[in-house]
Amino acid sequence: MRNTFVVYVDNKPGVLNRVASLVRRRAFNIESLTVGPTDQPMVSRMTVVVETDESGARRIESHLYKLVNVRRVDNITFVAAVSRDLAMIKVKATPETRSHLLQLVEVYRARVVDVAPGSLIVEITGTEDKISSLAEVLRPFGILEMVRTGRVAMARGEKSSTEGLAELAELQPAAPLS
Amino acid sequence: MNKTGMNKTGAEIIWESLLREGVRHVFGYPGGAILPTYGALARYDIQHILVRHEQGATHMADGYARASGGVGVALATSGPGATNMVTGIATAMMDSSPIVCITGQVHSKVIGFDAFQETDITGVTLPITKHNYLVTRPEDVAPSIREAFLIARSGRPGPVLVDITKDAQQGSCLFDWEAAAPRQPAYRPNHTAAASDYEKALELIRASRRPLILAGHGVLISGASRSLKTFAERAGIPVALTLLGLGAFPASHPLNLGMMGMHGEAWVNQAIQEADLLLAFGMRFDDRVTGNLATYAQNAKKIHIEIDPSEINKNVQVDVALIGDLMEVLDVLLEDLQPVDSAAWLGHIQALKGDSAVRDIQNLPDNGHLYAAHVINDLWRETRGRALVVTDVGQHQMWEAQYYHHEEPRSLITSGGLGTMGFALPAAIGAKFARPDAEVWVVAGDGGFQMTMAELATLAQEKIKLNIAIINNGYLGMVRQWQEFFYEKQYTATPLLNPDFVKLAEAFGIRGIAIHQRGQVRAAVEAARQDPGPVLLDFHVEQEDSVYPMVAAGADLDQMIRRPNPIVETAADA
Repeated sequence: MRNTFVVYVDNKPGVLNRVASLVRRRAFNIESLTVGPTDQPMVSRMTVVVETDESGARRIESHLYKLVNVRRVDNITFVAAVSRDLAMIKVKATPETRSHLLQLVEVYRARVVDVAPGSLIVEITGTEDKISSLAEVLRPFGILEMVRTGRVAMARGEKSSTEGLAELAELQPAAPLS
Repeated sequence: MNKTGMNKTGAEIIWESLLREGVRHVFGYPGGAILPTYGALARYDIQHILVRHEQGATHMADGYARASGGVGVALATSGPGATNMVTGIATAMMDSSPIVCITGQVHSKVIGFDAFQETDITGVTLPITKHNYLVTRPEDVAPSIREAFLIARSGRPGPVLVDITKDAQQGSCLFDWEAAAPRQPAYRPNHTAAASDYEKALELIRASRRPLILAGHGVLISGASRSLKTFAERAGIPVALTLLGLGAFPASHPLNLGMMGMHGEAWVNQAIQEADLLLAFGMRFDDRVTGNLATYAQNAKKIHIEIDPSEINKNVQVDVALIGDLMEVLDVLLEDLQPVDSAAWLGHIQALKGDSAVRDIQNLPDNGHLYAAHVINDLWRETRGRALVVTDVGQHQMWEAQYYHHEEPRSLITSGGLGTMGFALPAAIGAKFARPDAEVWVVAGDGGFQMTMAELATLAQEKIKLNIAIINNGYLGMVRQWQEFFYEKQYTATPLLNPDFVKLAEAFGIRGIAIHQRGQVRAAVEAARQDPGPVLLDFHVEQEDSVYPMVAAGADLDQMIRRPNPIVETAADA
């Protein structure tokens, strides 16, 4: 099944490569991976989606923790969470099809962000299913180009998944040797 | 030593940092991108050992680390110097050996431009290091090296590579050791097992009647041999060892069963399959140890004590996991450990041993042939089991494990996980630097020895006393054995036309002795021991002997190929 991991990492060069390399090395396939800054300047947040079973998910999590630059891993697959994908779809639009297209955009609560004589760019945010569904509906009109961000996700409720991360984010000497 | 808080070049900071990490020996090979560092070496009290190939430098650092329990250091230039280290780094990674590799890199301004001898060595070694660094400024040299040592030796140890550009070596900055303290907020190598898990483990031990301890390399790394002995004796639980665990428990101890796995003792594998409780101490259920996972120890509950959480439930599902340093965990368990009623179980294992004894080649009449098992057994006798033996990879490695009975921790060094041929000679050189008073023996096959035999020159140049036993059967023996068993005796690409190893040794100024008969073995070993210089013994052994017992790859652990009895005459006898 699809497992979604939220991974907090050091905001340093090469860390994305380390995470991606680890998942590949352990013979897992990344479905999507997004990375961006957090409210902590030293910390980046990744959302990694991997198709695997329960024991595979546990293995990924424990292997990720072995990376020196990984601060925290949350598997939010079974947590109530909001997950979103963003897409921009450039679709052919003629004077005859334009109004029909706009209706569809309305139905999907998408937005038109660019209008040209022969095309529209539609921006849509939502679950992957919703975006795929819109893409299917637009396909007969002629999709010229499409870009998707991949899934970003956040657990619901007031509990902050970044809790405790602030102290982790401070540079501290590593644990003393035993 | 110069004071901290002074302006120094990056090259000087490398040596200052190594000194402060307690380094006294560095194994290396110079070249363009690391020359500034070599240029500064003369001012520091660190012995540099010039190797003949950078792979040798990494194995020496590895052998040094395993013999001493400290960190070994290897040094090389960029490009080919760095890529030659790859095999040694991967070897150290698989066997959790703490080494720090320092490589020169091209000037930071030309990185990415395919400059002369430029290789992305941090990219290349990403999956085979515990961590690595690319350092492009002198300010980052000391913090990176300090972190590298911390990471290499803490938690589950492993190799760390620090790649330092030429301009970072040449440039200067303020050197302040205190300010360079490791700062890795996310690195948490230490774990503490939960109290409830301790109780569960003790419960399982109390309820068991056929318990077995599986002791691995973690016992040695943690320094837990004494705790293991106390544990086994107090509870009355027998101990089986992995290849890398040999020496963790005295071979002569009544509770010692010997090695498990593919070429383990038959009674050990049988006992594992019959046990009702396995206590895995610092081992990782490697496929060479378990055989077919689907049928592995199905009657047994499993307790896994391990420092690396990613090893838990990786190959074998366990009932209780105690994550933490093995010695600490054992010492907590010892507080409440009670004797187990295991008398019947120990008697049963003793009975299993009887069947194997009659098949043992040691107990067969002398038919005039020289068998590797005899060589190893005589070597063990002559050295009174007190040598530090470094083995290569193949048949001789398994015979050594079976017939050299190790009593002390860190008395066997071998490449287990990666199975790196060519490991023994350089690793032994490193081990000798770590423990100059130890009697060091290389036991290698004729195939693997030729992979790194250039290090004989290092041996000669550094005037090191160690002895080399080549188990020479004219084949890549282990591969030949597989061809015999599984490929209809098609000996493709396994027969070896060898050099005359005695003359070869003499070319390096090293004494060589050829041995063809069993009666010559002890005298040759004794001659080597008495000689103040290194001696190479070339043992011409039975060509088509095989290692028994053997669990075929993927077969059930108790489905062993046993030694034919009586020994079948081979082609060489005709």
